Amino acid sequence: MAEEVSIDQEVYDRLIAAGTSERIARAKAKAATVRKSKIAEGASLGPRPADQAGKALEEYRSSQGGGGTAVATKTGGDDTGNGGGRLTPDERAARVAASLGTQPSSIGVPAASEHTHRLLALVPPAGIQQVQSKQMDKVYTWPHLLLVEFVALLAMGSLLLIASFFLDAPLGSLANPNQVPAINKAPWYFMGLQELLRYFHPMVAGVTMPGVGVVMLMAVPYIDKNPSARPENRKVANLAFTFFMTFWTILVIIGSFLRGAGYEWVWPWTQGLGFTL
Amino acid sequence: MARKPPSFSDVKTNVQDNVIWKSIFRPGSIYRKGYRDTSRDRALAAMNNVLYHLHPVKVKRHGLKLTYTYCLGGLSFFLFILLTITGIFLMFFYTPAAGAGTEIAYANMRDISASVTFGNLVRNLHRWGAHAMVFTVFLHMARVFYHGAYKPPREFNWVVGVILLLLTLLLSFTGYLLPWDQLALWAVTVGTNMMGYTPVFGEQVQFVLLGGVSIGPNTLLRWYVLHVLFIPFVTVIFLAVHFWRIRKDGGISGPL
Ligand code: HEM
Repeated sequence: MAEEVSIDQEVYDRLIAAGTSERIARAKAKAATVRKSKIAEGASLGPRPADQAGKALEEYRSSQGGGGTAVATKTGGDDTGNGGGRLTPDERAARVAASLGTQPSSIGVPAASEHTHRLLALVPPAGIQQVQSKQMDKVYTWPHLLLVEFVALLAMGSLLLIASFFLDAPLGSLANPNQVPAINKAPWYFMGLQELLRYFHPMVAGVTMPGVGVVMLMAVPYIDKNPSARPENRKVANLAFTFFMTFWTILVIIGSFLRGAGYEWVWPWTQGLGFTL
Repeated sequence: MARKPPSFSDVKTNVQDNVIWKSIFRPGSIYRKGYRDTSRDRALAAMNNVLYHLHPVKVKRHGLKLTYTYCLGGLSFFLFILLTITGIFLMFFYTPAAGAGTEIAYANMRDISASVTFGNLVRNLHRWGAHAMVFTVFLHMARVFYHGAYKPPREFNWVVGVILLLLTLLLSFTGYLLPWDQLALWAVTVGTNMMGYTPVFGEQVQFVLLGGVSIGPNTLLRWYVLHVLFIPFVTVIFLAVHFWRIRKDGGISGPL
């Protein structure tokens, strides 16, 4: 599927010698190979838009007698140069006119330039969203992440297929509102609630406790104000969550496996599990 | 005058190098002629793909480690898709009708298990998949908690997650009634009796959910519509918000 791109050894060695990391040097050396082969095919790679617009601005300013440097195309908020890094309205008007070709080449971009779309470079730095995020160690989604996801999907898919081949979903006898079955249980994920129903008034066990529980769960990020995500800094939070999860799991296990006819306590080895999925 | 059969690479070139193929696969697609394993083409493969709605071009390296997400969110989503597909299959053979003399729903269930081609297998997949989804969503929530992955700016996505958890439970619970056997009827009775204890509006809530004072044919129809249409629809909307927020909040959290 993928053609292996050879590494431009010369570029690679130069970058390594300059102290660039191995991974980046490899990527840049590959890019160099591709660029060479494109030029060999006769493709014109052209100048970079930012370079050209920067040069044009510099020329314009020196022709106007100003000594500012070209900052208009920098997006890093580098506020040197005249006008605090912004183009003056005059400059802007001149550049727009120049790139639209309505005025003879006054600022270096030929009026008949085929590069009129480089208007992009006219956006003043203040108009550009400045994203401040730290450089992170990242990898390409394709192929790395998609491969992991595909494997996970295959594993889960085959697990389910095998289970479905050997285990049949239950189907009891026809529903009969007049005949309450001896063992009468909710689905397993609600067994915690049914177990609570044993100890509390139905309104408390069936409405108040689950209601408060859900609201508390939603409020977790607003209650836990600790900015650290490291386990060693959030022992209380982890302990509390583990406590509730364990408590709930125990209720579900008791309800599912240790309750029999009439919802009375039974041991599985005396009367079986009384549990259907 | 025997002609040499075209070689595999001739066929591949001809298939890939035409107007139709190129109109389907955007530049950078790995199926397009000339894909090369370079940074540029890897970036384009994600950027020019419908998956760009879900995945950025690059992801944090630590997020790839199996032990960071355990793929639990992804697996929950996969199970949701699988349940949609198997559920549509089951809908072809199921009518939500019950009542003395017209026990169609239950009869349909027997037919699906006994005589529909692959019916039993698909029903099993749907049933075990539903249990598995409840389980993976729970575990996903736990892993998000232990990573503190709900901390700013991800607070609201946790709230969206809790709503997704409730929707998952509701999907599972409404489906539980549909076989219309003793198991379904009485499990659902236990659940809906509790709703009757809602303060002030208890009786009204129960009446609306059951389509009457007790579980009957109306309940079956009501829950069927909720199960196959309404709750999945709402879930898809919340899933869209959930995935969108993951990207807007700066991708996966961490490293710890
Ligand atoms: C239908 C159920 C759900 C689906 C399909 C789903 C899907 C996903 C996916 C695919 C991710 C990406 C990372 C990962 O796989 O762990 C994710 C992240 C996240 N999920 Fe869920 N989720 C669901 C339910 C929940 C629940 C119940 C919660 C919490 C109560 C939750 C809270 C979050 C948060 C806060 C993140 C960001 C985590 C991070 O940045 O590390 N989600 N979800």
